[in-house]
Amino acid sequence: MQNNKKFKTVGIKKERIDAPSKIRGFAKYTDDFYFPDMLYGKLKRSPYAHAIIESIDCSKALEIEGVRAVITGKDLPIKYGILPVTQDETALAIDKVRYVGEPVVAICADTEEIAEKALDFVEIKYKELDKVLSIEEAFEKKHVRVHESEKFEGNAHRVISLEFGDTETAFKECDYVREDIFFYSGSTHLSMETHSVVAYFDGKRLTVYASHQAPYYLHLILSKALEIEQRNIKIIIPYVGGGFGGKLDPFPEIVCASKLSMIAKKPVKITLEREEVFYNHRGRHPVLTWVKTGLKNGKIRAMHFKSFLDGGAYGSFGVACAYYQGALQPVTYKIPDYKVQTVRFYTNKPPCGPKRGHGTPQPRFALECHLDKIAEDLNIDPVDLRLKNLTEPYSVTCNYLKITTNGLKECIEKVINESKFKEKFRKLPYGEGVGFAVSSYLSGAALPIYWGETPHSEVIIKADRSGVISVYSGHTEIGQGSDTVLSYIVAETLGIEPEEIALVLRDTDSVPPDLGSYSSRVTMMMGNAAYEAAMKLKRALSEAVSEILEESEENLIFKEGKIISKNNPEKFVSLKDAIKKAEEKFGALSFSGSYKPAPILGKYKGAGVGPSPAYSFTACVVQVKVDTESGFIKPIKVWIAHDIGKCINRKNVEGQIEGSVYMALGEALMEKSDYTKEGFLKNPSFLDYKTLSMKDMPEIDVYVIETYEEKGPFGAKEVGQGPLLPVIPALCNAVYDAIGIRFDEIPITPDKVLEAIERDKKRVGPDKIIDFKFPEPIKVEPPKEDFLQNKL
Amino acid sequence: MKRILNLKINGKNYEILSSDNRTLLEVLREDLNLTGTKWGCDTGECGACVVLIDGIPQLSCLTLAVFCEGKEITTVEGIPEKEMEEIEKILTEEGAVQCGFCTPGMVIMMKYLKDCGFNNSLDIKEELSGNFCRCTGYKKILDACIKILNKHAK
Ligand code: FES
Ligand code: FES
Repeated sequence: MQNNKKFKTVGIKKERIDAPSKIRGFAKYTDDFYFPDMLYGKLKRSPYAHAIIESIDCSKALEIEGVRAVITGKDLPIKYGILPVTQDETALAIDKVRYVGEPVVAICADTEEIAEKALDFVEIKYKELDKVLSIEEAFEKKHVRVHESEKFEGNAHRVISLEFGDTETAFKECDYVREDIFFYSGSTHLSMETHSVVAYFDGKRLTVYASHQAPYYLHLILSKALEIEQRNIKIIIPYVGGGFGGKLDPFPEIVCASKLSMIAKKPVKITLEREEVFYNHRGRHPVLTWVKTGLKNGKIRAMHFKSFLDGGAYGSFGVACAYYQGALQPVTYKIPDYKVQTVRFYTNKPPCGPKRGHGTPQPRFALECHLDKIAEDLNIDPVDLRLKNLTEPYSVTCNYLKITTNGLKECIEKVINESKFKEKFRKLPYGEGVGFAVSSYLSGAALPIYWGETPHSEVIIKADRSGVISVYSGHTEIGQGSDTVLSYIVAETLGIEPEEIALVLRDTDSVPPDLGSYSSRVTMMMGNAAYEAAMKLKRALSEAVSEILEESEENLIFKEGKIISKNNPEKFVSLKDAIKKAEEKFGALSFSGSYKPAPILGKYKGAGVGPSPAYSFTACVVQVKVDTESGFIKPIKVWIAHDIGKCINRKNVEGQIEGSVYMALGEALMEKSDYTKEGFLKNPSFLDYKTLSMKDMPEIDVYVIETYEEKGPFGAKEVGQGPLLPVIPALCNAVYDAIGIRFDEIPITPDKVLEAIERDKKRVGPDKIIDFKFPEPIKVEPPKEDFLQNKL
Repeated sequence: MKRILNLKINGKNYEILSSDNRTLLEVLREDLNLTGTKWGCDTGECGACVVLIDGIPQLSCLTLAVFCEGKEITTVEGIPEKEMEEIEKILTEEGAVQCGFCTPGMVIMMKYLKDCGFNNSLDIKEELSGNFCRCTGYKKILDACIKILNKHAK
């Protein structure tokens, strides 16, 4: 097995492969590309949240010197969307606008200044419509239709109703039942790099540089929206300055720059202003959650979730977000009977979509705060309650998710001991407190967005007589470190240094497909493909060298750029000579590796969301200090342990965890997309959209738990998203421990704290859900005890 | 109105034909292809565009290029190689870089703090708090900065 070996690179080396070029400012991001004769594009956006477009007059704009092309929705009439089930977007609004900031007209001109000025000369007449800006309004104002064609009433976009087992009977068996209601405010990704695209159409083929997380989906959708065959589109993804899910959709500026370039026959660049990024959004859905749990003898017997999502104006990844509201709870806890009901509404705001953690932070926040209350009601330790209900390694959940390695118990023990949780919990002075929570997440979604049998990741490796070893991959580097993962895996396999590998990346003409950086899939999927490709090259080299050295292939070691006889270290061939010999013997040395997850186990509608080759697990303790005078909550320290399977690069793993803690604390304490009654975003800037600065960050102790996942490359699982999840509820539980007030609504801003203290409230949060009638659930029989044995 | 600007950037003299309303950031990126300096907001809020003007960190998105005549401008590309080697080594070892978009701004700030000379009264967090990073949670950036400054403690 890979994991028992002593490694030279994997888990040992610290250096990221891309760090030097980023530090020196050489690394190129999309906006860093300037081409001769390049034009600049700008988008004219809607000032209304919901309005009919009565007329658009671009004639005056077109007369301005330097304006090269102007397009409206009519030029791009084909609807598209990231998910096949929601093809509800066009790049520019047609007939009506559905949110403030929705693009209506796109212009390109010789300079940005001219393009900007030309926008003012576009005349658009709107007729305002009544709008819906919240879950409640979407449901109650039935006369407002954000999308006329939707089949459900009350602007419901997608309704899910699933039941595993028989919750009604199970709840009757319980000796304790509790219900709670929570609200999770929406927030946004706020990557440092704003969205940017340069598109160039040469008369036949379209080349697109874009700051994007998933070039192969973009490829597919651009082809549809622009009516160009896929073989005539080439996408190049430079370094991406942060993604967090915010660069996954086929955004309007990409489609528009492409179309403008097709008309103007010149390269067109559109780089969004900071404010515009807030309109692109696709960030965290605001979610109203109701949860009911029944226990018998301290064990969870049944659980029921109802979730109401404020989806914004378009589908985006919303259907997946909706399914994720219920998907992963059973991966953390054994839940024998389980019911999940979810509805996503369209509202007149920028579309919500996937942000770090996808649709799982909201139910995780609800569940972990809910369990904290249950433990208190039952007068049992919140840690013991968790420990008693954890899932086992190598088990299957009620919703047919297969768990392999599971280090959650170890994670829990680690943070509880290190934080001295038991000595502090309910014992710290008023104003100080500790809170605890746990979570689980996927290492890549087992199903692709567009279903099919093709691999999710493919990697090609090439070596030639010059000694150069090149690796070709289409994964995107959004900061998570996947270039490093790729080169570490190949370097470890071939016994060379990571820096010695030439990476050929992210150009759809040159590299094989990879589905992109989302669902924490890259290490697992690209990593496995890379390992397979490298092993094939290794075998070819072994065969060639065994002839030269007259040594059997098993007796060869790949080390320090040499291939050495195990029996006699004096006997070796340099890698370069070995490659030459192999090239003489076999011809061109080019090998490929592919990765496709195993088929999913569930057969019910919706079973596609949740399955993963392996799950990561996280446990977290947060300690806070609440200033009861100002209402300000200061996180003092965070202890967090994450089951990563195996670190490929430890510094990078720690960095992902620390970054997750930072983002989670922001969501718990201050980050919020805030709208006026007219549907205007109040805070579309760095200054007004509050986040933590370096000064606000607490001390963080990171513990990496290694469980050696056999499905992962060298044993690795995910780390990019999972660690965000438990931090938010752990903080809320800590605030309760500190001041005895339950915040069932985030962010917990100082004004809420002060008001609660002044009015002597015991709880802050929603007290009712909406009266939405869910359809009868689809009934699914949970797997029998011996299911896994029969199945696998 | 366009006119010729004389700018000294990274020790090199440039003559640039530019209109008066353009920012230093625009001139650096668009005219000189010095794209190491990043554009994050254009409103002075993120710190991605920080450069040194006569040794002092300034937001190039808020600085008009015309005001930089007769001054010494240093961008991330212009940090002397010896210093850069040390910064590169420490930032890389500490894992202080993720997406890298905030990195040039951070590097400029670290160079500045190093040049000022470290002393205990220096509040590093305060000094760096104008530079946003959305990826790292700041911990490793702070660690790297402390390490660099300790090497140059006066
Ligand atoms: S670009 Fe200058 S501070 Fe953000
Ligand atoms: S590393 Fe991405 S913003 Fe700092």
